Amino acid sequence: MKITAAAHAHKPLSLSDPDGFKYLLITLTLAIIGLFLVLPLATVLTEAFAKGWLTYRDSLTHPDTLAAIRLTLLTALITVPLTTMFGVCAAWAIARFEFSGKNVLLTLIDLPFSVSPVIAGLIYVLVFGAQGWFGTWLSDHDIKIIFAVPGIILATLFVTFPFVARELIPLLQEIGHEEEEAALSLGAGSWKMFFKITLPNIKWGLLYGVLLCNARAMGEFGAVSVVSGHIRGLTNTLPLHVEVTYNEYDFVGSFAGASLLAGLAVVTLVIKTFLEWRQAQDLKSARVASE
Amino acid sequence: MSIILNNISKQFGDFTALANINLDIPEGELVALLGPSGCGKTTLLRIIAGLEHADRGEVFLKGSEVTDQPIKNRQIGFVFQHYALFRHMTVFDNIAFGLRVKPKKERLHETEIKKKVHALLNLVQLDWLANRFPEQLSGGQRQRIALARALAVEPSVLLLDEPFGALDASVRKDLRLWLRHLHHELNVTSIFVTHDQEEAMEVASQIVVLNKGHVEQQGSPSDIYDHPANAFVSQFIGHTNVFELGQQDTFWLKNSGLPTPETGKVAHVRPHDIGLDKATGEGAQAILKDWQHLGALIRVELLSKDADGGMTTLFAEMPNEQFKALQIDKGDKVAVRIRHAHWFH
Amino acid sequence: MPQSHIMPGFRPAISFTLVYLSLIVLIPLSAMLLKTFQLSWDEFWAILTNQRVIASFRVTFVSALSAAAVAGIFGFIIAWTLVRYPFPGKRLFDALIDLPFALPTAVAGIVLATIYQPNGVIGKLVLAVFGVQIAYKPLGIVFAMIFIGLPFVVRTIEPVLQEFDTAMEEAAASLGANRLQTFIKVILPNILPAALTGFALAFARAVGEYGSVIFIAGNMPYISEIVPLLIITKLEQYDYAGATAIGLVMLILSFILLLLINLLQGWLRRRNGQL
Repeated sequence: MKITAAAHAHKPLSLSDPDGFKYLLITLTLAIIGLFLVLPLATVLTEAFAKGWLTYRDSLTHPDTLAAIRLTLLTALITVPLTTMFGVCAAWAIARFEFSGKNVLLTLIDLPFSVSPVIAGLIYVLVFGAQGWFGTWLSDHDIKIIFAVPGIILATLFVTFPFVARELIPLLQEIGHEEEEAALSLGAGSWKMFFKITLPNIKWGLLYGVLLCNARAMGEFGAVSVVSGHIRGLTNTLPLHVEVTYNEYDFVGSFAGASLLAGLAVVTLVIKTFLEWRQAQDLKSARVASE
Repeated sequence: MSIILNNISKQFGDFTALANINLDIPEGELVALLGPSGCGKTTLLRIIAGLEHADRGEVFLKGSEVTDQPIKNRQIGFVFQHYALFRHMTVFDNIAFGLRVKPKKERLHETEIKKKVHALLNLVQLDWLANRFPEQLSGGQRQRIALARALAVEPSVLLLDEPFGALDASVRKDLRLWLRHLHHELNVTSIFVTHDQEEAMEVASQIVVLNKGHVEQQGSPSDIYDHPANAFVSQFIGHTNVFELGQQDTFWLKNSGLPTPETGKVAHVRPHDIGLDKATGEGAQAILKDWQHLGALIRVELLSKDADGGMTTLFAEMPNEQFKALQIDKGDKVAVRIRHAHWFH
Repeated sequence: MPQSHIMPGFRPAISFTLVYLSLIVLIPLSAMLLKTFQLSWDEFWAILTNQRVIASFRVTFVSALSAAAVAGIFGFIIAWTLVRYPFPGKRLFDALIDLPFALPTAVAGIVLATIYQPNGVIGKLVLAVFGVQIAYKPLGIVFAMIFIGLPFVVRTIEPVLQEFDTAMEEAAASLGANRLQTFIKVILPNILPAALTGFALAFARAVGEYGSVIFIAGNMPYISEIVPLLIITKLEQYDYAGATAIGLVMLILSFILLLLINLLQGWLRRRNGQL
């Protein structure tokens, strides 16, 4: 988008495609975005309010819905900090040090991105489920992980695994370690260096990772669906609640829940756009500063 | 001695960055670590600073061994090549950083810090920039702020990595002199790394010439220029014409008035040690190929015949007036007189 | 950038990283491996060659391939337009591209099902005009996969198009090439690595996708049942061995895809370095 601004100011002859072609492509683009992206978003709202505001409100304030919202928030509250801590540690080790096996580590960090969410759920069932490795031991000690909240949290930890690390590794590499060395040379200790220099420099990227991690944690469906057991009011997160109500033909209830999640998605996109802009500013000034 | 290095060696994989470096740097000097890129000069500076660990050898600062001390305990000031100013802090906060991260007991009161920072800003003549951010500064200003920041902690040694490397040519000239004067004022033992021999000659009181991880020579700029220890130093500092006995016509060299010693094989002749006369048929002959006006000096490009019939290009330099008085032009034959040479094996 | 040798914190950082990686990813994944090894080869083979399993793999891969291809073309058009042509509201549309990333898959699933079902907004139209039903048919799966694959393609091609040195186009034009020739001989070869990477990313995502597909798929065994759903079905029937065997195959496939994508991205970086 930055580049387009430049292309505006100085539009080379070869870039001025025929107007007809241009408008055709713009129309196509708008049609695809409209049909595939805008229409679904709008449909969430029209369906949620299909039977009026009151039904919508009742659906949202239904105890099952409230329980689902609470569980979703709880899940995010636990998983996001853990994923963030992992991301910061992994990024620090990878971007600041040389060690053997780094590429393997990078691939393993990426793996949860490319594994089907269903498999993410499946593996925890195999470890903690009734027939799993620890199944007997767990049931002997009356600890429930699968079909309970801990399983949901584990599955969510798996699917959000790479979010923060993936964001921070290239950022830390791009920023370089000169400022950190300068801080050390001026007498700062490790923690002072981290909190006064490193953290301020990566804060937008970190927030970006946290934001996407949170969106995924709150919205995860496949992995959570495998381990949750769909127990109403107990182990249904909001996305699972949407599924259950939909399958029971309670469309307003389903879309009311969906409207919350869609709202979350829109807010995420808005903040994301802002953070991308901020990050671009920071990197630009970093480049200026090191010229 | 302010800085002593004992047998410092550093290996990066198969590459030997530094091999048995020994250096004594007296108190109050402004030293240039000079050498071509890849000679290990930056690595050496970083080892002195504690930004890098030597594989072997010891580092002494002000008489005490600091080899295993982390950088924060070494009391050094380090100016980074790209300044490494903290981009999220103002100029003021950048300079105050080192004072503010001190442990509570040693930390100055904030009003004292403020006074000190402003004194430093005045020292580098940039007090009016206190509230700017690094990205709003020019390269030269950033350089001076980086210096002020390093000085804030009152280092016993100031280390500068290619301090003028990232600057425009015109700014660089000014800052070189400014740094030299600042050093006179502060008298902090300082070491800077450079690959630019002119810069080293102009700024430093001592030059250490490094090549391929070895110290080639250490001395004052005059020492190094007038008495180069070896062929590398002679060629690296200033311009030089190289004559190899056997390849060059020995007779021609003799004719030029240069006495050939018994031991040397290679003669290095500075362009200003070559004199010209109108050709008289005697002495060493050459053809004036071209000349360039360098300001106060004229550089003359000469072609002389080798023993095997090939041509060699020599450069001579002389003051403007002298060249005019000779009244020679391109294509003319001239007689060459070599006044002085350094002989190497 | 050379690594620094005095940076603090390597040991705690790498220790936490490795412990966390083992607990969350490695140990659970190895559980799947070990579980599969409890099967004999014949049992394993029997599970995989079951007609229903083969059908579900076929449905999944054919749908994912078609969807990634369509998303590739759509994505290219969108990226091209967003980078090259000014039009009002562009930034908004650009931000919207990421909606499928941000929208929970369950929401996407029920919305797409609602829109494309025979009496849905688009479903009705398509049924009336073309006589084709989208939702609850294999075609519905493809539509859902296009939806989730689209941003991968756009977001991979966009930066490459932005960085693309338009001087090359001008050079081609100055040498007498027309617009189409310039596109085919100059632009396309330079965008190709990015387009392929985007395609592969979209494909990988589509193969494993569950939430946005199951609502619209109809989930008829042999016809519109995708592999992830089959795994869940097997789990619900307590057929852990079956679920695990299929899961392992999926895992291996996604690992291969991941390596392929890494190779493509390496190619992409080198290509861009040359630009």
